[in-house]
Amino acid sequence: MKTREYQQIDPQALATPTPTPPPRPLPEHKPRRARRNWEVFPGKNRFFCDGRIVVARQSGVLPLTLGLILITSGLFFIFDCPFLVKHLTSCIPAIGGVLFVFVIISLLQTSFTDPGILPRATPEEAADIEKQIDNPTGSSSSYRPPPRTKEVVINQQVVKLKYCFTCKIFRPPRTSHCSLCDNCVERFDHHCPWVGNCVGKRNYRFFYTFIVSLSFLTAFIFGCVTTHLALRSQGGKGIVFALQASPASALELVVCFFSVWSILGLSGFHTYLVASNLTTNEDIKGSWSGKSGNEVVGNPYSYNSIIKNCCSVLCGPMPPSLIDRRGFVPSDDSVQTSPVEIELPAAKNDINMCTQGPKGLLETASRSPLLTSSCPQAKPPAVLETLPEIVPSPVPEPPKSTPHKHHSHHRSRAKQSTHHTPKTSNSSPRPHHSHSSRARDPKFSSLR
Amino acid sequence: MAETHSLQDLRQAAVTSKVFVQRDYTSGTICKFQTKFPAELESRMDKQQFEETIQTLNNLYAEAEKLGGRSYLEGCLACLTAYTIFLCMETHYEKVLKKIAKYIQEQNEKIYAPLGLLLTDPIERGLRVVEITIFEDRSIGSR
Repeated sequence: MKTREYQQIDPQALATPTPTPPPRPLPEHKPRRARRNWEVFPGKNRFFCDGRIVVARQSGVLPLTLGLILITSGLFFIFDCPFLVKHLTSCIPAIGGVLFVFVIISLLQTSFTDPGILPRATPEEAADIEKQIDNPTGSSSSYRPPPRTKEVVINQQVVKLKYCFTCKIFRPPRTSHCSLCDNCVERFDHHCPWVGNCVGKRNYRFFYTFIVSLSFLTAFIFGCVTTHLALRSQGGKGIVFALQASPASALELVVCFFSVWSILGLSGFHTYLVASNLTTNEDIKGSWSGKSGNEVVGNPYSYNSIIKNCCSVLCGPMPPSLIDRRGFVPSDDSVQTSPVEIELPAAKNDINMCTQGPKGLLETASRSPLLTSSCPQAKPPAVLETLPEIVPSPVPEPPKSTPHKHHSHHRSRAKQSTHHTPKTSNSSPRPHHSHSSRARDPKFSSLR
Repeated sequence: MAETHSLQDLRQAAVTSKVFVQRDYTSGTICKFQTKFPAELESRMDKQQFEETIQTLNNLYAEAEKLGGRSYLEGCLACLTAYTIFLCMETHYEKVLKKIAKYIQEQNEKIYAPLGLLLTDPIERGLRVVEITIFEDRSIGSR
């Protein structure tokens, strides 16, 4: 019955143009899920927890680091602590517990915190900088002009600021571009595969806490295990008996013995860096010690007082993250779709979002070019779709095999050697990059 | 005499150009902007006013990054709690950034919008530049 009625209606319906249901012809105006900035981030980082956690593209050996620490500490608490509590004092697991907690928390914070990534320049900024720099060839795209540098005098010392072709900015002093993460990082120290992230301005203090507490923890476990075995082998029973009675201790002993030297060495090296307000990058390049050939006379950033240097590096104010991962990507037609756009920023609890109507409009209007840095001519409806694809292409790609080569370079070396020679492990981005770039593209070598 | 604009009206105006005030690194890595008056703004606003705005911003950033008793206390406390305090507490820097955002908003409402200009909070440009958008001067008195 019902179907017959429908069939009757149809021919009449065909005669008159029926209005299509409103949502269908205007898909662009349907409130679709707004994307957050981290989803369209141009660097090679990966984000978790909706943008709260930042890691490098390859986690490096972070799982190994975590695994070693958890397993060794676990074995210590399970097998050595009961014996030591019985024979010595119950402070031992307490101290071990505190150290362990410090190590794990600082490791996670080093790995998951934004190291001080500088966002890339907006197209207008890049154009403005280009105008200020002389570009005689202008239109030729195949030949890259010589690297651009700007000189600035800091504390009576001449510092050269280099232009970053990827990020299209003049790098601030002490900033370096990490080829693994494809970002400029402020106060770049090094890219650490053990924590799977760059170490820079914002997470250096976490990194330092991590290596110092880890060296204490390793030394503590080593000492306790040795005491444990010594106590067990008392009374003429011998070390072999002790090892047989507690085989886990043997494993802990081996791990701790090999790691304590390298980690203590690394802590010592970084303590020196903190006291002289240097970064690993600067120390290796010899920027302030005259190794690079210029007659330089010292670090212009140092306060010339060990205490002040330590305080400023470790206890200084915590700078904010500059990349605003959890903000929303404004669509290019933000002015017209204002009702949708204004509601979304209210969800953010960060400083630079205002939630009032007209001011919100101005915010979105002024922010709209923020992330369309790689597709300046994108049409509004297509921009959000095409953004992920367009983003990688204009970026002048450094040799793509770089991260893989670097990764295998590290994996092939033994764990101990990378720590025993902290300088070489920390310098991995630099010599490697210059090697590959020299082989492939001579113009890149002078950039970094 | 330039027409006065309000913030809402700027929405409808077309952007003529943008001026970028770059960072001043002569004092090191602290956040400081150049106070040099850009040529493009000469016809639009008073040099004194511009310098005052930038100088106030510089002072606010200096306050945020100041190494003093307060920041050391915050740092030491954070270290003792294994930095977990950063998850619950707002840092001093963030508090000052909020002040800066309010200041910029105020400046825009009172001084820059009536001249057809708009200051963008530097934090939105990664603390690299102070972006000043110049809107085209057109008659909107009928609105």
